Amino acid sequence: MVDFLGELHYAKSHEWVRIEDDGTVTVGISDHAQDALGDVVFVELPELNMAITAGDEAGVVESVKAASDIYAPISGTVIAINELLEDTPETVNTAPFTDGWFFKLQPDNLGDVQDLMDVNAYEAFCENEEH
Amino acid sequence: MGQRTPIYTLHVDAGAKMVDFGGWDMPIHYGSQLEEHHLVRQDVGICDVSHMTVIDLRGPQAKAYLQYLLANDVARLDVPGKALYSAMLNETGGVLDDLIVYLDGDGYRIVVNCATREKDLAWMNQQASGFDCQLIERPELAILAIQGPNALAKVSAVVSPERVDLISQLKPFVGAWSGEWFIARTGYTGEKGVEIILPGADAQNLWRQLTANGVRPVGLGARDTLRLEAGMNLYGSDMDESVTPLESNMAVTISFEDDREFLGRARLEAQLSEGVERELVGLVLLERGVLRAHHPIFSGAEQVGEITSGAFSPTLEHGIGLARLTTGADNLTVEIRNKRLPVQRVKLPFVRNGKQVYKLA
Repeated sequence: MVDFLGELHYAKSHEWVRIEDDGTVTVGISDHAQDALGDVVFVELPELNMAITAGDEAGVVESVKAASDIYAPISGTVIAINELLEDTPETVNTAPFTDGWFFKLQPDNLGDVQDLMDVNAYEAFCENEEH
Repeated sequence: MGQRTPIYTLHVDAGAKMVDFGGWDMPIHYGSQLEEHHLVRQDVGICDVSHMTVIDLRGPQAKAYLQYLLANDVARLDVPGKALYSAMLNETGGVLDDLIVYLDGDGYRIVVNCATREKDLAWMNQQASGFDCQLIERPELAILAIQGPNALAKVSAVVSPERVDLISQLKPFVGAWSGEWFIARTGYTGEKGVEIILPGADAQNLWRQLTANGVRPVGLGARDTLRLEAGMNLYGSDMDESVTPLESNMAVTISFEDDREFLGRARLEAQLSEGVERELVGLVLLERGVLRAHHPIFSGAEQVGEITSGAFSPTLEHGIGLARLTTGADNLTVEIRNKRLPVQRVKLPFVRNGKQVYKLA
């Protein structure tokens, strides 16, 4: 069984977004996404201070099976990347919602997260995608 | 729904993720492909490869037929049960399939790939028309591969004393009969182990006994990274009808001795005299990342070929691959997502018996 975490916002490309207390956001990929990918063996992260637009490629996650692009769920500037994933990419599998985060953004407009799905909508979206 | 091996239900019960594999419902992994790979390198794993096609060959001209059909020479099989790896070529030297042939008394047992089954059988029957021999497919038989440094011990813990004795005497690349079981010291992993060809019901029992004894199942995903680390070709990826074995790192499997007439020989000899323009080589990615099939390979600005099989090597923890390149090309880079990264050619295999084999210059 895969987990769906309640307080997060989700993109159709399976990234999650968490709003932090300081108004920045953290981005990762969902448990559903890591489960579908299989063992993650390599992660390519965006560059620090890079400005990215919602929907842009922001990195790559490679599993034993295939390479998949990671997209920016909202527009903003990259203020942190998870360097832990360079040496232990499997963290994406073991802790997708916590230690397996990909990058943090200073959003251009925090209100953009409202364009994303809540957990119920995302769970239904995943179910639909499977059928 | 695809075809199912006798082990199908046991795969599902073990939590396998089942995928279509050449028309068969087969397990790609049982949770973690990486863990299954490491199991085989460090301990033991069991893999169901019953989707592969077993063909027995009988008749007074069985040997003469195979000497005509195959690029390798079955006359090299000088011990009962011994295995020979060979390409089966068309008239123009293209690789129709790769296969294992075991000497079986006066006859032979042949194991060919699953995806090529129909094509192979049609070709083999067509070529057999001038020979007094019969090809008998054995779809009722299952094949279990038990591979890893502890494979022989684990199998010996659950089989009869006669079979324990038999396994202890088997040399690498040799098989032997025990009742309806054919047990061979062969594999596709670069580790010690056996492949056992046996009736479906026996395969279910052996699978249950081994897994109850702590041998964990390994899916076809790990089988592929294991074979790539072992430097072995995969038919359909690393070679097919568009290339000859000389362009596929299979030159040592061609026997030109004794002027033996075999299918494809003329083309191979012509290619040797003209010069073989392409070669299949092992490549190591020198930076972090993963090599994948069809990544283009460059020498300077010029594209000299592409990856035919690529993966992240779980044992070596970096990208490895086989690539078909212009013969002798050097100063190589691979293009991944519009970036050029240095790759180095290495002597195969990448891994044997759990350890890195090649040395970087």
